[in-house]
Amino acid sequence: MARATSRNARIGWTVAAWFVALLIFFPILYTIITSLKTEQEAIAGFDLIPSFTLESFQTVQSQNNYFRPFTNSVILAVGSTLLALIVAIPAAWAMAFSPTKRTKDILMWMLSTKMMPAVAVLVPIYLIFLWTGLMDTRIGLTILLMLINLPIVVWMLYTYFREIPGEILEAARMDGATLRDEILYVLTPMAIPGIASTLLLNIILAWNEAFWTIQLTTTNAAPLSAFIASFSSPQGLFWAKLSAASVMAIAPILVLGWFSQKQLVRGLTFGAVK
Amino acid sequence: MTTTLRALLGATALCATAGIAAAQDNVTLTIATVNNGDMIRMQGLTDEFTAANPGIQVEWVTLEENILRERVTTDIATQGGQYDVLTIGTYEVPIWAKQGWLVPLELGEAYDVDDLIPAVRDALSVDGKLYAAPFYAESAMVMYRTDLAEAAGVTIPDAPTWADIRDAAAKMTDKSKEQYGICLRGKPGWGENMGFITAMANSYGARWFDTDWKPQFDSEEWKATLTDYLSMMNEYGPPGASSNGFNENLSLFQQGKCAIWIDATVAASFVTDPKTSTVADSVGFAQFPNREGVDNRGNWLWAWSLAIPTSSDAQEAAQTFIAWATSKEYSELVAEREGWRAVPPGTRTSLYENPEYQAEAPFAAMTIDSINAANTQKASVQDVPYTGGQFVAIPEFQGIGTAVGQQFSAALAGQMSAEDALAAAQSNTTREMTRAGYIK
Amino acid sequence: MATRQTQGLARLMRAPAIILLFVWMIVPLCMTLYYSFLNYNLLNPGMTSWAGWFNYQYFYTDPAFFEAIWNTLVLVLGVLLITVAGGIGIAMLIDKPIWGQGVVRILVISPFFVMPPVAALIWKNMIMHPSYGVFADVARFFGASPVDWFAQYPLTSIILIVAWQWLPFATLILLTSLQSLDTEQMEAAEMDGAPAHARFLYLVLPHMARAITVVILIQTIFLLGVYAEILVTTNGGPGFASTNLTFLIYRAARLNFDIGGAAAGGIIAVVLANIIAIFLMRAVGKNLD
Repeated sequence: MARATSRNARIGWTVAAWFVALLIFFPILYTIITSLKTEQEAIAGFDLIPSFTLESFQTVQSQNNYFRPFTNSVILAVGSTLLALIVAIPAAWAMAFSPTKRTKDILMWMLSTKMMPAVAVLVPIYLIFLWTGLMDTRIGLTILLMLINLPIVVWMLYTYFREIPGEILEAARMDGATLRDEILYVLTPMAIPGIASTLLLNIILAWNEAFWTIQLTTTNAAPLSAFIASFSSPQGLFWAKLSAASVMAIAPILVLGWFSQKQLVRGLTFGAVK
Repeated sequence: MTTTLRALLGATALCATAGIAAAQDNVTLTIATVNNGDMIRMQGLTDEFTAANPGIQVEWVTLEENILRERVTTDIATQGGQYDVLTIGTYEVPIWAKQGWLVPLELGEAYDVDDLIPAVRDALSVDGKLYAAPFYAESAMVMYRTDLAEAAGVTIPDAPTWADIRDAAAKMTDKSKEQYGICLRGKPGWGENMGFITAMANSYGARWFDTDWKPQFDSEEWKATLTDYLSMMNEYGPPGASSNGFNENLSLFQQGKCAIWIDATVAASFVTDPKTSTVADSVGFAQFPNREGVDNRGNWLWAWSLAIPTSSDAQEAAQTFIAWATSKEYSELVAEREGWRAVPPGTRTSLYENPEYQAEAPFAAMTIDSINAANTQKASVQDVPYTGGQFVAIPEFQGIGTAVGQQFSAALAGQMSAEDALAAAQSNTTREMTRAGYIK
Repeated sequence: MATRQTQGLARLMRAPAIILLFVWMIVPLCMTLYYSFLNYNLLNPGMTSWAGWFNYQYFYTDPAFFEAIWNTLVLVLGVLLITVAGGIGIAMLIDKPIWGQGVVRILVISPFFVMPPVAALIWKNMIMHPSYGVFADVARFFGASPVDWFAQYPLTSIILIVAWQWLPFATLILLTSLQSLDTEQMEAAEMDGAPAHARFLYLVLPHMARAITVVILIQTIFLLGVYAEILVTTNGGPGFASTNLTFLIYRAARLNFDIGGAAAGGIIAVVLANIIAIFLMRAVGKNLD
């Protein structure tokens, strides 16, 4: 009896969960479907079955070569994240294992640097980029994206490191482990999941950044956000084409996200779990 | 080592003195442009240009209009030098030229600069010097469905008044069949609804500013403009009109949902294109309407044009490119590849004298008449201190126009009355103009 | 001895991040502060002059100013409400023993991977468009007339879009928190006959308090800066109905090219954001330690 109800309940929960999930996913799904339609079909009204034409993708590709912005997006997202990790890991480590009275204030201050609206500081940054010759360079943008995401990286790592029990460290020290051993054999293995999910989250954030990456690039460093800006609101309604371009812009990160969601979830706690 | 260095130095000196030919060796042009169909076609024809000019490489930066404008303005104002050729409109050209940001164009004998349509050429010149070459140009006109007009028993004269339009719209509306009498722009923005409403106001005898730069939204003419615009749209317009811009109306018209659409003349080639338009065979054209007794048909004039910023380091090559992209030969190239209908319209007199073009483009005559009739030096029948037709050519207009556009759009959405929208526009604009130092 | 050494080392390890962020904060801030006292229009660079407090006064007296602040608050609170409530609901749903949990989770977190301008374009054109959008199709299917979302409910529409983007983030964090809930405790409560709502109220919710705090904190920082979605969809209108503070600054900076005015707006926004942050810390900060 109890089993039957639980089975029924399970069916009920499953249906409900799938319904909600599909509802949330629907806009993306519909974009993918529209990208496989012809332009006429795209505005012809609701239809979930496209004619599976790749026409729109071909047009998009012929108008604006996808591979350069794609490469730039990869370089910027991965580069800025790695750079951020290099700077943030030691900092978060120190904050987690040798906290001072001001640690929490410093963390809050770091987050507060994200509160300045980007549009308000555009001209200063633009001028700095011009003066330093960083305009439209990958290195300039990599540094900028690193700085933008650094507070979140530090915060994430800090909260994760803090959950590593301090007793283990003490035990290791008792056993005569040097600082190097401590880091290499005790802490690193425990910290890897947190670092991995921080890495993933920040690749996503950097990939999706669409203000600075458009304003500070022209051709050499322009990533997929600029690619999208060349297809949004053209003269006439080209929704199949816009959908195709959108799919091309989000597909890599979507696939990465899907494959790594377990790793992403494991460390994405921001200290929320105690 | 020293020999190489000397040779290099020598080569540099040689290049410096060798003039045009050498200066074009291995130059990369960065061209910023809008993602409109004609520009994308130009991009597709790049190979033709580079084949004829082997020393020049071309890099395209194609962006959506608003982002392009932000990018390009920031760059030119900070002398960033990121671009060699800019795609800008008749709004920017006079303002930027006066700032000394644009290089005057010397396009050579073969270019035949006198072939450019005078109204367009004037709009792109400052003190008699041409600062940008028109790529395509447009005025505004009435496009209507001849089949629906016939069925409803109305005729739209070639030079209609607003009363004619209103009457025709009323008769052709059948909301039960999703057939709307009139489609006009409603989406807020200085280049969206305000482009249209400013032209309409011009044809009502209104003006943005009096000669002391005082905003005129409290005038009778503006009141009449806005009330008529709102009542026409409310009674005969499509639902959701306050988010319709050029694109939305284009697609509504192409799908047969609008009986009358008043907008830019470039739209004519889209609505008569059987590949994208379901009503291609039954489109009639008429001039932009006027109010009875007002000798003014909106004075809409816009030209997407190519210009060179002074911060460019490849000005020579940029001139070569512009001369190519806006030449008669370019038109012929497009005609050869895709037919005469696809040729960028509105820039050269010779195009409109071409019998092949006239035969393929039923809208040619109305387009050229509308462009020729546009007076951007004096947009209103009243005295004005500014130039520009469907916009006011002052740097502050982008901001002011958009703010006013939002008020009018809110009125169209039914969120405020025409009086309130005008009052808000008046006080907003007064504030901005005082800040900018126009109103003493 | 050891501690001092560790302290020194810790300081050394913290230094790069702090110095970098300090420079990244202070240089633009000082430049912005300086510009905010100038009459500086990008389109008239030759006419730059000292403005005193005028830019601040001008920004503050903008007819849209108070509406923009109000809209900012509504936007932030609206999105937080939807994402936290929705996140809790969805997290609990995914936490149930369901078939295909992995796929469901993937579908739910997908919006997080979509670039904000793309998200706005999708919603504007494909979902909420009054003629071609899916919502309009649904409305017509039921015989109702389609709603023109961006004209009639501009702010609500934007809240919906932004909430869609942030729902996955909230769900994920709340889900991790939920999964760490002591199942024995739950089962014990169930045995004792505590009804579902009571279990939720007295066990689940307090357990999630910390996670909710984190969601609110992180999201607020991002939500205060929302403007791309507004630019793509409503352009701040109709009227000022969907203009928030960031969009107001955008208007000054990118339409008027009024660098002085935008700088003043930026400073005002930073001050207000910090006030909100302080309130936030007072209200929910306890949960963080």
